[in-house]
Amino acid sequence: MKRVLVLGATSAIAEATARLHALRGGALFLVARNPARLKAVADDLAVRGAGRVEAFVADLNDLSHHAELLAAAETALGGPPDVALLAYGSLGTAVVLDRDPDAAVDVLNTNLVSPVALLTLVAARLEKVGRGTIVGISSVAGDRGRGGNAVYGASKAGFTAFLSGLRARLWRGGVHVLTVKPGQVDTPMTAHMTKSRLFATPGLVARGILAAVDRQADVVYLPWFWRPILAAVRALPERIFKQLRI
Amino acid sequence: MERGQRRLESWGRQVAAETEVRDLHWREADPFAGLTGSALPYGLGRSYGDSCLNQGGALLTTRGLDRFASFDAEAGVLRCEAGVSLEELIELTLPRGWFPRVVPGTKLVTVGGAVANDVHGKNHHRAGSFGCHVRALELVRSDGSRRVCSREQHPELFAATVGGLGLTGVVTWVELQLRQVEGPYLAAETVALRDLDHYFQLSVESDARFEYTVAWVDCFARGRRVGRGILHRANHSDRPEVHPGPARGRRSVPFDLPAATLNRLTVSAFNLAYHRRHRRRAPRLEHLDRFFFPLDGVAHWNRIYGKRGLLQLQCVVPPEAAPEAVRELLERVARSGQGSFLAVLKSFGDVPSPGLLSFPRKGVTLALDFAHRGERTVELLRELYAVARQAGGAFYPAKDAVMSVEDFEASFPHLAEFERHLDPGCSSSFWRRVRAGRPWQPSLPLIPSPENTP
Repeated sequence: MKRVLVLGATSAIAEATARLHALRGGALFLVARNPARLKAVADDLAVRGAGRVEAFVADLNDLSHHAELLAAAETALGGPPDVALLAYGSLGTAVVLDRDPDAAVDVLNTNLVSPVALLTLVAARLEKVGRGTIVGISSVAGDRGRGGNAVYGASKAGFTAFLSGLRARLWRGGVHVLTVKPGQVDTPMTAHMTKSRLFATPGLVARGILAAVDRQADVVYLPWFWRPILAAVRALPERIFKQLRI
Repeated sequence: MERGQRRLESWGRQVAAETEVRDLHWREADPFAGLTGSALPYGLGRSYGDSCLNQGGALLTTRGLDRFASFDAEAGVLRCEAGVSLEELIELTLPRGWFPRVVPGTKLVTVGGAVANDVHGKNHHRAGSFGCHVRALELVRSDGSRRVCSREQHPELFAATVGGLGLTGVVTWVELQLRQVEGPYLAAETVALRDLDHYFQLSVESDARFEYTVAWVDCFARGRRVGRGILHRANHSDRPEVHPGPARGRRSVPFDLPAATLNRLTVSAFNLAYHRRHRRRAPRLEHLDRFFFPLDGVAHWNRIYGKRGLLQLQCVVPPEAAPEAVRELLERVARSGQGSFLAVLKSFGDVPSPGLLSFPRKGVTLALDFAHRGERTVELLRELYAVARQAGGAFYPAKDAVMSVEDFEASFPHLAEFERHLDPGCSSSFWRRVRAGRPWQPSLPLIPSPENTP
């Protein structure tokens, strides 16, 4: 039975991924902030066939809970996780972020500070046993800062860089780190956007994540077509890129 | 739970153009928060007419409410959110030996939609309607109240909500009693029907011996041949799964076909081929997907009717009047030359439906569909409605686009009682059409909402 730790379990991508683990009979330890929503997700996963489901309510931006929740996860799962999926994040509102430094700091705390702090602890535990996979949900937005949402892009660029460094540090010790870069996904986070054909469903992204974990990929763009798109975006000279209204 | 503008369609291709759409994701959240106009829950949009649309108001899409809450595999009791589709439900329960007691002709509907339309299936003569097997549901109303409704708790609100077309509030979860099955197969057989008399004779005999019965009738047969068709009948087989899953791939109609695709010639040819293929088929094992949901294998099959879409009519006429009325209806369709593939005939049994606006009741039900060819199709439908009404018939809102205010009132004797339980925050295009000019009664205050959420 695979032991899976899901950080930010009420995010749409996390829930879809957890459902696939449940179908495979995995043991799940779920962490999220809203107790009613977390219970709805946990009950669902139990019905779908999860070998075991434990729910832990915590605001992960409060770093003081981190050690406690990881200890609880190991006790409940009967050992360190085989897969630790970090899936929480906040998009923020571009117009607000452009003017309000506190809002910008909030996004950085949720998308970068808290994940770095939490994964540092997770990494230490996995390093000790010399196995396991850390999955971080970053974003294509971290590949280059757009005028449309500079703060979100910066937070994801930071997270991508951290995951890359973590991978380089841990792989010799048997711990694998997977960076997931979804493009636009149809989730509550993007509900206000008009859905183009580029939007993917959380289920599709979840299947991609599981496949990438199984084949021990380092970086995966989901769906795949974002990789060439971002390669082109990164290749643009800044002088041209700055003129694009994206 | 956010909002945006989207175009949503009903299955007959009616479109809600100017609709605010809000996707629901969490059953604990208030679906009505911040709305000013009227709202209507929207599942998979398989209602044919305008009963799932709300022109000018908001649609609350429920597909994000797709979680299971509990499943007792000993007793076959499942609780799930309203946006779970029957397909997802069956995928979960069938391998564990359970199947819905009642399924409609497609599994691409949500549980909430099945409740709101109190849908029926090919076993109505044994099992009654879908609502008969709903043990409880949670209803959230626009005043912020939240109630668990069942036959014991708030029975009047339960009766209004089952078959209530989404007009009594938002159903967040439903608890269903399932039935035990040995595997995914049915022992099915088909019998050729010579004419309508043959149907009535055979249907009595078949209903006594078979759990599922339904007849397909050729809309172009006239005179002595009226009612020529095929009777399908089946029981669950005790043979377990032999190979995993149905081997059938999913096909799709990728775009609207030209309206001329369905004409007298092509439809007659199809009907003849279908008749030939099915008229003599010995008893055989059939996968339940094939038997119950033959069209689900073809995504967007409604596109074969072209851009203008299709119009459906389904009525039920009392048993005494049925032979005459059904013959008259089929005659008129044949004469018009507008008939289409799906003329479906089924005898309903006398299991009472639980909803105040439930459609199924003792009698014979006939479902017809027509490619929408403008005014002359609508004319024909009005003519058929008049015939059915004269025979004491009632009409099915989920399949309607032309019902008059009077037709609606004649169909539902408990309408006045139902209106007492309307949620003032809910409305639909259908509702405004069939209640046009009628005094609108605000819902009476109910018993103060107790906190009975588990």
